Amino acid sequence: MRRGLGQVALFVLVGAALWGLWEGYRWLWMHEQWTWPFTVTDTAMPHLHSIVQALFDPARPGGVGPRLISILVDAALFTAKEAAVGFALGAVLGFVLGVLLAHFRLLQRGFLPWVVASQTVPIVVIAPMVVVWLNPKLPTGLQDWGAVAVIAAYLTFFPVTINTIRGLHSADRRALELMRSYAAGDWHILWKLRVPAALPYIFAALKVSATASVVGAIIGELPSSIQDGLGGQIINYSQYYTIQPKGLWATNVIAAALGISFFLIVLIAERIVVRRAPENVA
Amino acid sequence: MSVVEIKDVTKRFGETTALQGIDLEIEPGEFVSLIGPSGCGKSTLLRIIGDLIQPTSGTASVNGKPARQARIDRDYGIVFQDAVLYDWRTVGKNISLPLELARWDRRRRAAKVKEMMELVELTGFENHHPWQLSGGMQQRVAIARALSFDPLLLLMDEPFGALDEMTRERLNMELLRIWEASGSTVVFVTHSISEAVFLSTRVVVMSPRPGRISNIISVDLPQPRTATTREEPRFFELVTEVREALHLGHDTEKAPA
Repeated sequence: MRRGLGQVALFVLVGAALWGLWEGYRWLWMHEQWTWPFTVTDTAMPHLHSIVQALFDPARPGGVGPRLISILVDAALFTAKEAAVGFALGAVLGFVLGVLLAHFRLLQRGFLPWVVASQTVPIVVIAPMVVVWLNPKLPTGLQDWGAVAVIAAYLTFFPVTINTIRGLHSADRRALELMRSYAAGDWHILWKLRVPAALPYIFAALKVSATASVVGAIIGELPSSIQDGLGGQIINYSQYYTIQPKGLWATNVIAAALGISFFLIVLIAERIVVRRAPENVA
Repeated sequence: MSVVEIKDVTKRFGETTALQGIDLEIEPGEFVSLIGPSGCGKSTLLRIIGDLIQPTSGTASVNGKPARQARIDRDYGIVFQDAVLYDWRTVGKNISLPLELARWDRRRRAAKVKEMMELVELTGFENHHPWQLSGGMQQRVAIARALSFDPLLLLMDEPFGALDEMTRERLNMELLRIWEASGSTVVFVTHSISEAVFLSTRVVVMSPRPGRISNIISVDLPQPRTATTREEPRFFELVTEVREALHLGHDTEKAPA
């Protein structure tokens, strides 16, 4: 409990320091009229408090309509649905692929380079293709956002696969001998030894993937011209950046908050699931 | 029928001959220690008995069966130098691991875990995780796990090697009590001469390069052994005898061919 409080205090402290940096930088560059690397203006770097303020102002100029934050939260929830489904899909796929590749050495040698190659292709190239391929086949309930979930899954599975392979091989040699002495079959060795031993590795990957799935969902929304998610808001506000810079910054804040929530959910799941000696938690 | 029967076993790892021409028979109820310097192949021999590795030539049988069949039939339990407990399982769940693999039902497992916890005097620690236990306690859990499915043979690979002298002596006493209570046969690998003499009915002295049995010494100390056994003159005589046998093994190694 005290440790938890300490962590919250630290989080607030670092947040305040970052806030100070931002405002300090802004003030210094404006005051000295420095132009490198860019000229600081209210458009380039709005006040942080004015970004927060913008969240609670009506979204449209002139003070009509709903507050910006309620629009963005709705968008974030839509993106969260895509990201969550994509994350689940990618995590399961990544794990199964990891188990298969770890078990069959030949498969690993043949397939792993291609798995790696799959991640070197920029997601902005993949995204429109996935939408074009999948959308016609998807039932109405999954139309559009289903394809985005697949794109999010594409970013999610890779770290999980790599760390699953590593984790499965991390089982102690003596522990394997012990299983052998009990005449345990491959299936039992997998579930009673290798997978539990791999869990800290898998969760390390899931933490990376949790935020990646949010990024994947946002990027996936762009080519599928989905307007309901954060991707649509980002396109919208980046078009109006010169007039209304705070809108894009505010969208940024909400997108970051979504990524952080995903990360925290995985962190909490890890605390519940992984029962390891403190020194063995990755 | 012998519990362990090793016939002319040789084991090579590449160019290195780890074991050469090993013959050994172990009778039911014996406590046999394998002692020798590093590289004499004592752990290798233990692993061959357990079918964790296979001999290059010769045969190993356990309970009259090939070692492989004996392993599949779960005829032996094994304890390593490290406790090798699964730290994601509680102490109780660690002990019941072999029982799960042998498909015992939940109730039978729980009863057996309780019994084993009493045997190694750890009652009350069922729900602790291994890292919350001291090294000596962890090793007791490992012993309980090895004995949980009532194997007639217990293989121990320097089980107390990583523990301090005090803990080691206490666990020696405890092991003897367990051995007498369970009526099992023990094959025990150790570096320690006094430990080997104190525990064993026979001490198998091995020498390195290539690993072979250089001497077998019967320990005629009265049973049951007690704390005062270590102070008897006969104990010191036997310790000296084993020590000399060990050094003899070394001397022949150094002597010119």
